[in-house]
Amino acid sequence: MASIEVREDTCVGCGVCVPACPFGAISMEEGLAAIGDGCTLCGACESSCPYGAIIIRTEDAGKADIARYSGIMVLAEQRDGVVDHSTLELLGEATRLASADEGPVSVVLLTSDPMDWPARLISHGADVVYLGLDPALSHFRTEPFSKIAEKIIREKRPAVVLAAATTTGRDLMPRIAKNLNTGLTADCTELAIDPETGGLLQTRPAFGGNILATIVCSDTRPQMATVRPRVMKAMEPDAGRKGRVENLDLSPDDLVSRTEVLQWSPLEEGEVDITEAEVIVSGGRGVKSPENFSMLEELASLLDGSVGASRAAVDAGWIPYPHQVGQTGKTVQPKIYLACGISGAVQHRVGMQSADRILAVNKDESAPIFEFCDQGYVADLFEVIPLVIREVRRRRS
Amino acid sequence: MRIVVAVKQVPDTSEVRIDEERGTLIREGVPSILNPFDEYALEEAMRWRDELGGSVTVVTMGPPQAEAVLREAVSMGADDALLLSDRAFAGADTWATSHTLARAVVKMGDVDVVMTGKQAIDGDTAQTGPGIAASLDWPQITFVGRVRELTQDSITAERYVEGGCEVIRSSLPVVITVLKDANTPRLPSLRGKMKARKMEIPVWGMHDLGLSPDEVGLDGSPTRVVRIMTPETSACGEIHRGEPGELAKLIADYLLGKEGE
Ligand SMILES: Cc1cc2nc3c(=O)[nH]c(=O)nc-3n(C[C@H](O)[C@H](O)[C@H](O)COP(=O)(O)OP(=O)(O)OC[C@H]3O[C@@H](n4cnc5c(N)ncnc54)[C@H](O)[C@@H]3O)c2cc1C
Ligand SMILES: Nc1ncnc2c1ncn2[C@@H]1O[C@H](COP(=O)(O)O)[C@@H](O)[C@H]1O
Repeated sequence: MASIEVREDTCVGCGVCVPACPFGAISMEEGLAAIGDGCTLCGACESSCPYGAIIIRTEDAGKADIARYSGIMVLAEQRDGVVDHSTLELLGEATRLASADEGPVSVVLLTSDPMDWPARLISHGADVVYLGLDPALSHFRTEPFSKIAEKIIREKRPAVVLAAATTTGRDLMPRIAKNLNTGLTADCTELAIDPETGGLLQTRPAFGGNILATIVCSDTRPQMATVRPRVMKAMEPDAGRKGRVENLDLSPDDLVSRTEVLQWSPLEEGEVDITEAEVIVSGGRGVKSPENFSMLEELASLLDGSVGASRAAVDAGWIPYPHQVGQTGKTVQPKIYLACGISGAVQHRVGMQSADRILAVNKDESAPIFEFCDQGYVADLFEVIPLVIREVRRRRS
Repeated sequence: MRIVVAVKQVPDTSEVRIDEERGTLIREGVPSILNPFDEYALEEAMRWRDELGGSVTVVTMGPPQAEAVLREAVSMGADDALLLSDRAFAGADTWATSHTLARAVVKMGDVDVVMTGKQAIDGDTAQTGPGIAASLDWPQITFVGRVRELTQDSITAERYVEGGCEVIRSSLPVVITVLKDANTPRLPSLRGKMKARKMEIPVWGMHDLGLSPDEVGLDGSPTRVVRIMTPETSACGEIHRGEPGELAKLIADYLLGKEGE
């Protein structure tokens, strides 16, 4: 059984580990660190100790034969045959990581209609495209997609498997990882290869974005991660890139599913998905009423953008939940995010901090949002926003 | 209809503060709460129990003090509670957590539906639900915004995904993960609170579940945290003050791309 130990001869009682513990489980007793009941063996203290005095011991369950695994495999995501942009981002990231690894960059595309995607995936960085073609694969379904992916992973033994941290990737990957008895890191925002071990360093926000944790999967393979969309960059497509397409043999058994998709209703026109918007005008508690949100809608539509909101505005019932940005809402990455009457609480911030530009209108000079926006305007939104609308109209006409 | 809801005790991350100088989390005085997302799973389970009969069992894997969230769930209307607690469970990642929870579901027997929250606010992984489904080899429906219908042998649910909504039907037994959109959780009742106070909550450990040390806790976890950092706070750009009219012009400049290109 795993255990944690403070080496009494090495611990100097400096106390660095006490605040490092996310669970508040460490106290100083008689000049030494003492580990309390709240300990979850998360390892934060072990890495914080400047003296190496805290040691977590695990029982080695026998390592997988790591040397037999190589290359990076991306699980593609498609809807109506069109491959999602996040897949191209993963291929871009995979080619960057692959320079530290000899194995191929491969992509698994399961679809009923490949269109010209196999070639395009190659031009975006894939060396091999594993293509599974069947009418039953037109729409994502957990069971056939995970069964086929598991089979190909077992056979091809990639060292790393990546999928987007979309509702599809986050449905599929935990199932595959559990069945393959390997580790999975959710919603990564940074990936790197450890130069010493060759392992994948997977970094992700946790604790509501308060911390960034780096996670490794050292003893099992493949190392699996879902990656937050719009964080990695796709490569410039190169039509001259060489690659090959391998068709998968699918058996009827692979396609069996206990769930069926009865209906698919895309969002209606106008009901824009804020995760795809290039401009977001967002409102918080400072907007004060549902009627006032129409002002933000007006500005957003002038800019071909969408309206976002803080949880405070959603909870007040001024705007429906699909507009909520943040930890319990959506993660957005527009070119411009204009926050109106939003204080910038950490749970809101984690959903919008990867916007290219953050603009904030707030009448309170000490609002936290002014600590991380690109352009801050100390003003009453009810005075400024109508003038912005007028100004934009004037210049457009 | 027997529904099991997996709930988790989490630190209230909105209360976590950062020690700017040392760049560490200040955990002192941060309360432990029932994971907010799990309230929606619990409410959904109770609504269907109220309609169809049967029972709702809440289960958590955690240290002894995690019992508090089970009592909270009972005060809201859950029928039974089960605590999975063992020193050997410490340090579990989502693989080991879902493995342990799934084993408890098997041991409970005759479970029709397992419901979990969309994600836990400490780890934010959303992996435990699908992990349980994989361990049990049950179908799963994740990100459920509405359960349309639940019968003795099937479930129809709306799955909210990027760009739209899927309506999915599955046979039972099934694992579903529930979104905030599904319902409005009820508050604890007086009767529930009394029941919660008196209830004896059984505790199952590793041996009760027939698990071995290498499949639970840290030893059973393929992943390991090697480093924790606080995100750098990117310094703010410019702050503008002045006449609303002037500020509006600056904002319009920026929005229309005259600047910052
Ligand atoms: C588990 C958990 C999850 C959460 N998830 C989310 C999430 O996903 N998204 C989210 O947003 N929040 C989330 N929160 C809530 C978050 O902690 C904050 O409470 C919330 O973001 C605050 O919203 P706000 O900025 O609109 O309101 P406030 O914090 O009340 O800020 C309102 C701001 O408006 C300014 N203001 C008022 N009037 C005017 C005016 N006339 N002109 C200009 N400025 C004005 C004020 O100065 C103030 O800064 C979560 C909390 C918890 C505990
Ligand atoms: N230790 C645990 N005990 C019981 N349920 C859990 C535990 N960890 C996670 N869950 C459930 O799984 C969901 C997703 O958690 P996570 O995968 O950690 O984001 C939570 O909302 C809970 O319903």
